[in-house]
Amino acid sequence: MKPLLAISFSSLANSFHQWLTAMFANDMAVMVTEMVVVGISLIVFLVLLSFFLGYMERKVAAFMQIRLGPNRVGPKGSLQIVADTVKLLFKEGLTPDNADKFLFNLAPFIMVITSMLVVAPIAFARDFQIWDISIGVLYVSSVSSITVIGILMAGWSSNNKYSLLGAMRSGAQIVSYELSIGLSLISIVVLSGSLSLGDIVNSQVNGWWIFKGHIPVVIAFIVFIIASTAEINRAPFDMAEAEQELTAGFHTEYAGMKFAMFLLSEYINLFVVSAIAATIFLGGWMPLHIGNWQAFNQAMDYIPSSLWFFGKTFTIIFIIMWFRWTFPRLRVDQLLNLEWKYLLPISMVNVILVTVMAIMGWHF
Amino acid sequence: MSNTDYLLIFIQFIVAGGFVTLVLFVTHFLGPKRKTSDKLETFECGIESQGNARLPFSIKYFLTAILFVLFDVEVIFLYPWAVNFKEFSSTNMSGFISMSIFMGLLLLGFIYIIKKGALKWE
Repeated sequence: MKPLLAISFSSLANSFHQWLTAMFANDMAVMVTEMVVVGISLIVFLVLLSFFLGYMERKVAAFMQIRLGPNRVGPKGSLQIVADTVKLLFKEGLTPDNADKFLFNLAPFIMVITSMLVVAPIAFARDFQIWDISIGVLYVSSVSSITVIGILMAGWSSNNKYSLLGAMRSGAQIVSYELSIGLSLISIVVLSGSLSLGDIVNSQVNGWWIFKGHIPVVIAFIVFIIASTAEINRAPFDMAEAEQELTAGFHTEYAGMKFAMFLLSEYINLFVVSAIAATIFLGGWMPLHIGNWQAFNQAMDYIPSSLWFFGKTFTIIFIIMWFRWTFPRLRVDQLLNLEWKYLLPISMVNVILVTVMAIMGWHF
Repeated sequence: MSNTDYLLIFIQFIVAGGFVTLVLFVTHFLGPKRKTSDKLETFECGIESQGNARLPFSIKYFLTAILFVLFDVEVIFLYPWAVNFKEFSSTNMSGFISMSIFMGLLLLGFIYIIKKGALKWE
């Protein structure tokens, strides 16, 4: 039984490919045109997604605090974020006199481009992956760490004390938590034996790693969620932008659309880490299967694979948004203690546990 | 895996860069341009800004960055091992033993850092 949405996506791609092949004789031209189309549609998708995440963020915050949230523009306030974007479009984009003009304007580019590049190897549905590269996991962890350069660049070039402090904190934080992210990803690479995200999803056909891998994988999952919350600078780890003490930290001096670019990259990063967590630990687009329950498994197969993927991703996004209204912000030394004294040793020992498990064949 | 496989990411890079350029270029003409000296001053909670912002910062940040470089290189070494792990351990335990020694050395270095107090803030 094939899911509905995947068929429509791949048949659309096929007919488009045939149409292009008829148009151009040259194979290279066909390929480049297809890639440009894919790139543009990915950007449109990501911008719409960040609109939705902005709306979701405010509604979740309102729900947690027992208030209504945005409710004036559009049905249930759903167009509020569009109104905000239009407002930002008509704002003056300032560059302060004391700032380093070139670096100040370059920083938003780095932030947005890196966060958009990381999306490429993610599998959105069955047979629907933009770029199934053999080093997917390594690619994701290396490209996403370029973000820290953008943040440091923004903070330093602003020539503002708050921005510099925010950027320094953020630099220390992002590089520290990257170690735990890397180690918890390695534990799944050990089990599945491949760095490609497509292969990792396929290795979960008879059960997601979080169920197959017993306690070590659950530990790796929890470490990954905590560390990636810190990696994308979200509360309770939002030392970099701490509104009350640093007045937004590294993007204090940014206004108008340049500021919106930081916001855009923040939401794309939120989506990316949740999608990676869903792909690696929760099976990506794989439906939930339980042993030999044939009827149950077939019913689960009938749900489109893209719905499975986005369902898991948005569950994790909701959990990360939930953190923000549950935990108070950490101090910078507590933040680094949490990583270096707890998460890093835990994840190191965890990698050894996973390898022992893989050798003994204790996982299913 | 040929070189053309990486063409996609290059084109994605250009398209994303083009998107940011387009948006920033368009808003440059849409918005008002009234630049005053007060507006272009560095923000400092309403008071006049004092001196240069690029002050010396705590050495701890630098130390964290150095430690990161040390440990991250070691994490990178684990990636190729993790992929080939099944083949190493199919015949004997050599793959696991060599990795355990590696992780043991890593943990020893880690304990040394903790004992040395490199991660103590005040």
